Amino acid sequence: MILAILETAKNALSEASLETVTAARDLAQKTNDSVAALLIGKGVRALAASLRGVSAVLIADDERFESYVPEAFAKIAAAAITQKSPKIVLAPGTETGNDLMARVGARLNLGLATNCTEFFVENGALKRVTRSNWGGSLLEEVEILSSPIVLTLAPHAIAAQSANGAAPSVETLSVALSEKEFRVRVRELIPSEKKGISLTDAKVVIGGGRGMGSAEAFQMLEELAALIGNAAVGATRVATNNNWRPHSDQIGQTGAQIAPDLYIACGISGAIQHMVGCKNSKKILAINKDAEAPIFQRADYGVIGDLHQIVPALIAELKRLKGA
Amino acid sequence: MKVLVCVKRVPDTGGGFKLTADGMRVDTTNVGFAISPHEECAVEEAIRIIEKHGGSSTVLTLGPPAAQEQLREAIAKGITGAILLEAEDYESWDPAATAQAIAETVKPLGFDILLFGNESADTCNYQVGLRVAHLLDLPCVTGIKALEIQDNRAIAKREVKEGWEVYEVALPAVFTVKEGINTPRHPSLRGIMSAKKVPIEQKRVTKPSTQLVRKALKKPQEGRQLEILGQGPEAVPKIVEKLRELGAI
Ligand SMILES: Cc1cc2nc3c(=O)[nH]c(=O)nc-3n(C[C@H](O)[C@H](O)[C@H](O)COP(=O)(O)OP(=O)(O)OC[C@H]3O[C@@H](n4cnc5c(N)ncnc54)[C@H](O)[C@@H]3O)c2cc1C
Repeated sequence: MILAILETAKNALSEASLETVTAARDLAQKTNDSVAALLIGKGVRALAASLRGVSAVLIADDERFESYVPEAFAKIAAAAITQKSPKIVLAPGTETGNDLMARVGARLNLGLATNCTEFFVENGALKRVTRSNWGGSLLEEVEILSSPIVLTLAPHAIAAQSANGAAPSVETLSVALSEKEFRVRVRELIPSEKKGISLTDAKVVIGGGRGMGSAEAFQMLEELAALIGNAAVGATRVATNNNWRPHSDQIGQTGAQIAPDLYIACGISGAIQHMVGCKNSKKILAINKDAEAPIFQRADYGVIGDLHQIVPALIAELKRLKGA
Repeated sequence: MKVLVCVKRVPDTGGGFKLTADGMRVDTTNVGFAISPHEECAVEEAIRIIEKHGGSSTVLTLGPPAAQEQLREAIAKGITGAILLEAEDYESWDPAATAQAIAETVKPLGFDILLFGNESADTCNYQVGLRVAHLLDLPCVTGIKALEIQDNRAIAKREVKEGWEVYEVALPAVFTVKEGINTPRHPSLRGIMSAKKVPIEQKRVTKPSTQLVRKALKKPQEGRQLEILGQGPEAVPKIVEKLRELGAI
């Protein structure tokens, strides 16, 4: 059996979870296994029956799981692994997924390969995986000696696919929890003060780097985003280090990973640590005054020139078109 | 307050990578070394905690003898003590092995706050801090971007898409830190000079059996074909055309 440990948000499976189920199904086909899913959370029972392409769903539905309760979730996941003896355990390589699986690995004394992108199956057995290093700038092939093999899947590594078929069997998992498993828990959720569309949801992201030159210059990127609509403004580490933008706007290895339809990079050199944050963009348009800048090797469209002339001209043209 | 901060020595690669001929490692010829970015922020956080609440801070790394450089850098900024777990073969240690050596070393030392980076810049395993916490049976919050100490409790904030998750845990506790929690300071010249004299506690450690074994390192495919739309503001009509074509406007 392959056990997919999934995460839910707002009473739905997250995109990363759908990718995880898809990867688990692909793997199961090659290893001739069945897939079971584990859902932990408040109200997950309602989601279980709608899952397809898995033969069984284990659920731990608990009133107290309004948000992530790390140690309780880990105890439950570890119990599911011990009870069901899967060959492979797969979870989303999100912040929460990696946190949860590291706790599970520690509890069961198992190795954990995080953020996997590829799986090598030989003679029906998973032999090796490829995983992200340097935030995805490099890929590492690793062999995992402990069993079951515990993995997380890098977000966006594969596209989620829906499956047909019969409804899965649903089984309630009951694991005794004590106070201790609640010693780490969310006390409060403070809603973001940021207005507008988030970097990870926006269809178009406009990024600014050192070439912007000042915090004030980002105002024109905001204006461009507003004209385009469904767009958000991001930044490089140079821009956040200079306090031109808050760190939450940073795109890259130590910032956000985005996957918009279009990324417009303004005054950004294209350092690999920045580009790994936007490599899942469908298209990348770079505006840079240096024709030799590395970003032009990593973009689909290039405009060579001073962004301080090009961006205002673009804004003026979009305004003119809107007015017309 | 006794604060520990664990860091990793990683190549300071700049904007790109070169691999060794055998494809097993990053080629570090003519490349300097640094502390991973998240951990640089963890060092800064440790210094700030001690400045505010008093006590002592210790920086620890598991690495080669040359990793003294990273420890002294942290001392130069204001960390007061250092431990080097010496292992020439540190690159082949997996997270469980590293965590075991760290936990054994720090267990008798009674730290109140143990800080790690959320993930190291090179291997990005996301788990050494959590595994140490498990071995020491301490609570752990990962990926924090704010930390406040009140008596024997800590309030840690984690940034999620919807806003901030606020955790409150009793000390001692483990936290893994993300860049953005603070802006790390630069060491002063005086700091650099006096850091040279601070003794580093050294202990040779041997690798326990590992569960993850590297087989190869490779560069991902970059499959984009560049189309130059033009030069300067004259390119604007072409940009607009593309924006239309892509459905952006
Ligand atoms: C472990 C690690 C993690 C990192 N994580 C991140 C990360 O998460 N995100 C990130 O962004 N970086 C990250 N970095 C830093 C990264 O390596 C680069 O230093 C950074 O991305 C460079 O930012 P930049 O492109 O704004 O600046 P630069 O590299 O200085 O490039 C500026 C560019 O702007 C162009 N320019 C200047 N003026 C103009 C103008 N008037 N018009 C048009 N073009 C102009 C220049 O030609 C140049 O190409 C990380 C580094 C390390 C080692």
